[in-house]
Amino acid sequence: MNLTVALARLLIFPGILFAVPAAWFFLWVERKSVALMQERIGPPFMQPFFDFVKLLGKTTPVRNGPGGLLMQAWPLVAVSAAAGAVGLLPVLPSSGGFEGDLILLLALLEIPSICIIAAGFSSRSLFAEIGSAREAVLSVSYNVVFLLAILSIAASQHTFRLEALAQLPVSPLRYLGILAIVVCLPAKLHINPFSLPNAEQEIYSGPLTEYAGAELAMWELSHGLEWVASAGLVATLAIPHFASWSVDVLVFVAVSFGIVLLLSVLAAATARLAIDTTVRFYWQCTLIFACLIMVLTISSTLFTRVQS
Amino acid sequence: MNLWNRLMCICRRRSPWLFHMNTGSCNGCDIELIASLTPRYDAEQLGVRLQGSPRHADVLCITGPVTHTAVQAIHTVYGQVCGPKAVVAIGSCPATTNVFIDSRVVVGPLNRHIPVDVFVPGCPPRPDAIVQGIAKAAEILAMRGDTETAVEASIAPDFKLETTEVRR
Repeated sequence: MNLTVALARLLIFPGILFAVPAAWFFLWVERKSVALMQERIGPPFMQPFFDFVKLLGKTTPVRNGPGGLLMQAWPLVAVSAAAGAVGLLPVLPSSGGFEGDLILLLALLEIPSICIIAAGFSSRSLFAEIGSAREAVLSVSYNVVFLLAILSIAASQHTFRLEALAQLPVSPLRYLGILAIVVCLPAKLHINPFSLPNAEQEIYSGPLTEYAGAELAMWELSHGLEWVASAGLVATLAIPHFASWSVDVLVFVAVSFGIVLLLSVLAAATARLAIDTTVRFYWQCTLIFACLIMVLTISSTLFTRVQS
Repeated sequence: MNLWNRLMCICRRRSPWLFHMNTGSCNGCDIELIASLTPRYDAEQLGVRLQGSPRHADVLCITGPVTHTAVQAIHTVYGQVCGPKAVVAIGSCPATTNVFIDSRVVVGPLNRHIPVDVFVPGCPPRPDAIVQGIAKAAEILAMRGDTETAVEASIAPDFKLETTEVRR
């Protein structure tokens, strides 16, 4: 992919110009669907935008020294990484890409979570440190399953190129892998039942306890962009490309919306689990499931090789 | 007023985030504050969100008659809320110290310690009154803009914390 295409993908579609309104829209869908499930009316359509602008206009506490600089840097790193991850999604057919961009996408998806851990520890608040420790434990638990699922999908189609994965027809094994990814998404997005790191009221606001104003606005934005990137990743893996780009875009948005709705309903219907239950869930039940998919994939690949 | 300021006014009015603080309340007002967020009253329609950290909040909701041990905490939390901010005193206790008046462990009312923007009297007040108070505080926030806490001077100047008077 040349520089112009790369910049267009990062800045226009599916990058920042599309992803930021989409992030606000998904944040609204999350809150609104929870409200509807609880028989409330819920926030107005523009609510995430109002919150964002209001936070930009608030003052921030003075932060001195390298620790303060780091605290200001983490949200910006998280937003850039999440925006980059959205920019890599192959929404349009034949929009370019390179061998191994799936690995880059996974790395970029992981950076916001690492930033949250680092931000909690650099803010030196007790509650933030507890939140960061929880986030670290959670991240280690779900990432094994998440990476195994992605690896099995890539292995079943013999490529680490997103463009190629999006064009090939979907095998039944890939759907199993996608299911494993969807199981990991609530933990990745810190929503119920795995909202341990930012457990509201329980440990104040978790790693973001000390953040205020524009920095907090950046965290909200990075959270929204993570929604877009994760839902978009599932949408690109689940639905193969059609011929025309307009249909592709519509299907991408519709499938992402469906995934956001599914996760929000799950969040509204469940309560927060304790850390040991969460870790046990990922290390015991889901890991066995992911290993099973991996074994199935490898054996089916070997089987087809032997046959040919 | 330019476009950005006008937009900021609208956004401040439409998105008040709360931090709830109990300064020795009997829990009556706390329950009513939570009730105002539940499905029947649904304050989230106004953009209200209960935040876990005072750093994230715009509106500080205080219940209770301000006991001696709570004074320092009030000052800390008030300082932690980033400006522009508003304070809503929920219930009769922070307004007048209510039935606890003349108690030797109560150093209220609240406006001797920090500037209060909206009083919601009642013992306890109804949830719809609390929602109205929060909406009013949000309007004050929007009008206040970047000028910090205009009513700072309204704190009684003669008040000082008398630690020696508390006998057990």
